[in-house]
Amino acid sequence: MTVGQRQQLPDRPLPIAVPEPGLAVATSGLTRRFGRQVAVDGVDLAVPRGSVYGFLGPNGSGKTTTIRMLLGLLRPNSGAIELLGRPMPDALAGVLPRVGALIEGPAFQPYLTGAANLRRLDRSDATADPASSTERITAALARVGLTAAAGKKYRNYSLGMKQRLGLAAALLKPRELLVLDEPTNGLDPQGTREVRNLIRTLAGEGITVLVSSHLLAEIEQIASHVGIMSGGRLLRQGQLHEVLSAGEAIVRITTPDQAETVRLLHQLQLADIGQDQQTGSVTARLGDLAPEEIPAALVHAGVRLTGFAVERPHLEELFVSLTGEGFDVLR
Amino acid sequence: MSSADTLATDPDVPVTRYRGAFGRLYLEETRLVLRRRRNQALLFVLAVVPLLIGIAVKLSTPRGGDGPQFLDQVTGNGLFLVFTALTVALPLFLPLVVGVVSGDSIAGDAGLGTLRYLLTLPVTRTRCLASKTLAVASFTAIAVLTVTVVGLVTGGLLFGLHSVTLLSGDTVSLPDGLLRTALVACYVIIALFGLAAGGVFVSTLTENAIAAMATTVGLAVFSAVLDAVPQLSGIHHLLLTDHWLGFGELLRSTPSAADLVRWTGLHLGYAAIFLSLAYSRFTTKDITS
Repeated sequence: MTVGQRQQLPDRPLPIAVPEPGLAVATSGLTRRFGRQVAVDGVDLAVPRGSVYGFLGPNGSGKTTTIRMLLGLLRPNSGAIELLGRPMPDALAGVLPRVGALIEGPAFQPYLTGAANLRRLDRSDATADPASSTERITAALARVGLTAAAGKKYRNYSLGMKQRLGLAAALLKPRELLVLDEPTNGLDPQGTREVRNLIRTLAGEGITVLVSSHLLAEIEQIASHVGIMSGGRLLRQGQLHEVLSAGEAIVRITTPDQAETVRLLHQLQLADIGQDQQTGSVTARLGDLAPEEIPAALVHAGVRLTGFAVERPHLEELFVSLTGEGFDVLR
Repeated sequence: MSSADTLATDPDVPVTRYRGAFGRLYLEETRLVLRRRRNQALLFVLAVVPLLIGIAVKLSTPRGGDGPQFLDQVTGNGLFLVFTALTVALPLFLPLVVGVVSGDSIAGDAGLGTLRYLLTLPVTRTRCLASKTLAVASFTAIAVLTVTVVGLVTGGLLFGLHSVTLLSGDTVSLPDGLLRTALVACYVIIALFGLAAGGVFVSTLTENAIAAMATTVGLAVFSAVLDAVPQLSGIHHLLLTDHWLGFGELLRSTPSAADLVRWTGLHLGYAAIFLSLAYSRFTTKDITS
């Protein structure tokens, strides 16, 4: 499933500088087994350039395995991967310099300071300019609010500081794509907010962000696109509002004339019509009908309306309906 | 950019690579190894070996016969303290140091999780393995040179450095003696490369650095045990550790070049085999840590 985020361009010659509205991440039939267990099962990921793609799924659903395959750490059993339009892992050396990543939590040398850790990474990177290293490290630390702790040893960092240093490492160079696996893990509400703002700012600069998380409320606030994984499969994918509206909206009509309302809703061929005597409301699944048709029809038939609402499911409800309510790890 | 060239592997993607990148990577890896307190402590232990032997010999009355090779000559010539110290350090201390650092090379980063960040910078698998192997080799050399230099200084201060009476009875000048000492150090360094490469290979097999270190040291111990079983004398000349003490050959008036080349070839052969194994393992390995 391919989703173009950009709008139809006007009918005139394109300026050459306009980037292709392609995909930053595209996989087809991506599959990875560990022994008999299929960790990732035929996943077709489509992350449009410029999007903030929320990659969702319960623990053990295959998100991290997918991310590891995207970055060339794991080889898929079958399927193809394109990162920024280039095949992975063949084009790894050319593509990964333009990709910043936070994979399954931060990891640094415990006995080095935060700044020394960044320096070590930067000097190990053949594509990082040694001349600008110091400025870029200072800027990256400032960007994640770690300037004051730059000279502190990593082992003395709190979980939130470690997470921030991981983000700083991903931001050491200008990037086209950021792959952030659980970036707000271990952060306090303040830190979570800052990371959310940081992702928004980065997306505003045109950077594509693939962010995996189980904090659905977070994702709902920042993502333009989502993909929902469960049991190794990608169950839903697309623009956030599309995916949410596919989760079927409910109409709720509050009226004293319930019997008449139910009859009319049947006429409009709505499904799952239910009555709630206590609140005096009638509910039904909206289906394909345009919501504005309903009050018009009701009023036309003389039904007295005290309330009319279209309730779309939140991401969390959709997520639970797709991946199951259970607390247990599926596999 | 003048100081950079475009990646040849992927001409469609304009990624600049800066000159001297591999040198910087190698220096970072070596610096990391040298900055670790544990590794500094290991070097300290190695430095203590010639120091202790020197002081013990100085304080005691000369006794013939007992003790490691070359010990008798130490009082007459400080140079021999180097050879004595190397003879003492080779069966245990040096393999221990090499085993710890080589076993830690890949497995240590895998255990910490830093390997995945190094590889996604990206540092290609080949460069990663090469830089870490070179860092281990450098540390091996530094370890042997620590024993050599401390032995030379201690021996010189306590007993003086004189012209050398060789095992064959001939005497050579002090500069010739120092040259032979340098060659001895080189021989020991090369001899340990086999074990160091073995450690790097073992290190690609696990995320548990301690297990890799223990296995590597075990490799040396195992070889030494086999070397001590007379019934296996047929394979002794092929064992990893068999010719480690072969540096004595360099203290003959005319060392057998054929023997030295054969033994050095064996050490380097072990290194080549282990590094090929490490390469084929590491370049196809799934990084799950």
